[in-house]
Amino acid sequence: MEFFEIAGAVIVSMIRSAPVLMFAALAGLFAERSGVVDLGLEGKILASAFVSAAVGYTTQNPWLGIAAGIAVSVAIAMVQAFVSITQKGNQLVAGIAINIAMSGLTFVVAQFFFQQGGRTPDLGEARLRSIEFIGTEAVAGVPFLGWFWGKALGGHSALVYLAFALVPLVYWVVYHSRFGLRLRACGENPHAADAAGVSVEKTRYLAMLVAGVLCSFSGAYLSIVQSGFFLRDMSAGAGYLALTALVFGNWRPLQTVLGCLMFGFFTAVQIQLEGRDLPLVGRIPGSLIQMIPYVVTVVVLAGLMAKSVAPKAVGKPFVKSR
Amino acid sequence: MTQMKTTELPRWATGIALPLLNLLSALLVAALVIHLLGESPTESMRILIDSAIVNPEGLAYTLFYASTFIFTGLAVSIAMKAGLFNIGAEGQMYIGGLGLTLAVLAFDQTLSGWVVIPLAMLGSALFGALWAFLPGYLQAKRGSHVVVTTIMFNFIAANLMNFIIVKYLIPEGEQNPASRVFADSAALPTLNTWFPVFGDTPLNIGFPIAILALVIYGVMVSRSTWGYQVRATGLNQHAAHYAGVRISRTIIVVMLISGALAGLAAVNSIMGSTHYLSLNFPAGAGFVGIAIALMGRQHPVGIFLSSVLFGALIQGGFDLSLEKPNIPVETFIFIQGLIILFCGAMEHFYAPALLKLINATCKG
Repeated sequence: MEFFEIAGAVIVSMIRSAPVLMFAALAGLFAERSGVVDLGLEGKILASAFVSAAVGYTTQNPWLGIAAGIAVSVAIAMVQAFVSITQKGNQLVAGIAINIAMSGLTFVVAQFFFQQGGRTPDLGEARLRSIEFIGTEAVAGVPFLGWFWGKALGGHSALVYLAFALVPLVYWVVYHSRFGLRLRACGENPHAADAAGVSVEKTRYLAMLVAGVLCSFSGAYLSIVQSGFFLRDMSAGAGYLALTALVFGNWRPLQTVLGCLMFGFFTAVQIQLEGRDLPLVGRIPGSLIQMIPYVVTVVVLAGLMAKSVAPKAVGKPFVKSR
Repeated sequence: MTQMKTTELPRWATGIALPLLNLLSALLVAALVIHLLGESPTESMRILIDSAIVNPEGLAYTLFYASTFIFTGLAVSIAMKAGLFNIGAEGQMYIGGLGLTLAVLAFDQTLSGWVVIPLAMLGSALFGALWAFLPGYLQAKRGSHVVVTTIMFNFIAANLMNFIIVKYLIPEGEQNPASRVFADSAALPTLNTWFPVFGDTPLNIGFPIAILALVIYGVMVSRSTWGYQVRATGLNQHAAHYAGVRISRTIIVVMLISGALAGLAAVNSIMGSTHYLSLNFPAGAGFVGIAIALMGRQHPVGIFLSSVLFGALIQGGFDLSLEKPNIPVETFIFIQGLIILFCGAMEHFYAPALLKLINATCKG
């Protein structure tokens, strides 16, 4: 019986922790499929997490918080786009610079406005509420169905549903829309795209715009859904982990989301196993479980499990040939 | 477009003028933020320079921090020379700290400093190099991008060290996640023994050792056959291969050296100041190394100057935060990011304007 309880809790916890990675990884997918390396996911998550929490708290309206988070994340993405596309600067360096700058700036601004050691006050009522499905109470006592309807399917916030709804949408956009075709062309062979009359710069800017919007949800989810406040460096590597999922998923939407779910699963397992004694192996330290996603990705990168191939033109500024 | 116009900037422009203009832009943005925080940028600047450069004890702290940064800066620089972007200096330094600690814990109570300190340095370099080996090997043999693998290795290092410190290194009866305090034999001799002007500061022989490392780096990279092969690999792998350079071998060796240098950065920061291994002791020094390598353009003098600049920002920033509560130490993390953005990613931002200016003055 206990096994089913733990398994159920792990699945629910996985569904709740995956969206942070899913939004960011899909954001990275747009950027990198267009040919711009996005190491700056972490910084955008952190910035939108702070702004969402700060605005959400001040206005007592989570939706305004989310909107403000989008604005900030898009602004940062545009700076990144300007440096990477127009200035043809080093995209890796631009991303790292944004991450470091935001780690400092969010603390400074949070401290300036709220004076709580780089934290925002608790959002309280302004947190995004979870949606309860009709009939949750009616089936609550039924084994499995009560859990499935009330906890696995229902009982999440709107952003969780958005994250999962985005998956087919992103898949369609990337593979079946005109924009998706141009996006992939610019990432694989920008010169061919250019010769076919596609503006590489414009496509990449658009991709960064989409990345900025998607990435902001990741930050908003962290602060106004999961924790209910902003905390210094609360993204804790989520941006890099999302990037890992992207590499793991070979820059394809479905596989990338599977990667995110896998990482969410390990996080959930780690939370559930913390301080529990297992038969045979005893107590497994959380830090070792947290290591697994990275080790798995290195194994994948090494080509031992599958081959991960990045978009060909990723990271290379486009210089129009004459 | 006439034939007379230069299309390439002279060396003084790319080497000195552009980095200075970029640094100035970063500082201007920082000044704007400080102004928005309700403090005076000029007064803050004055306090910063006073406490980090003018005051001899402050200067000692600045140089102490710089000694660590010189090593991480060198680690990133040597990899960059070979066309590799080693983001993993942070993790390599962290693991290097483990090698150092194991050596010290084994010998500090029985042997003298003359033996313990070299052994500890060896341990840190060895462990740092080992941590960089796999990313180097995977890049050389399997084409896995070193950027992605070193990011992974940073996270693996953080979790692994967390596990090792908490499980094996905390002394019995202690709660603080750190190793036991080292014996005095493992403390680096401080420079105030010879220069009393530095007062009670942790500035130690790590600083002259860092200078020595800079000199060796400079000679090896620009004056030796090996350095030539490294630079050739970085500039054009195909051409280097055609000229007889063994690319895979060069990449792996460079990553080993890069990791060893990052590992050595742990020596100054642990054996020069805290004297025990603690959680997250690198505290971003590996990432500062990226900024230093970019700003100093991988040149020994440039690396030295940017290391001192970052040391001064940390030391001065600390004092400034005590006087101005609105400018916490984290402001300087933000400024670091700005410097990396302007000096690293937007390094050619002013190039067209400067080129125009040079052409205009040449004509006139």
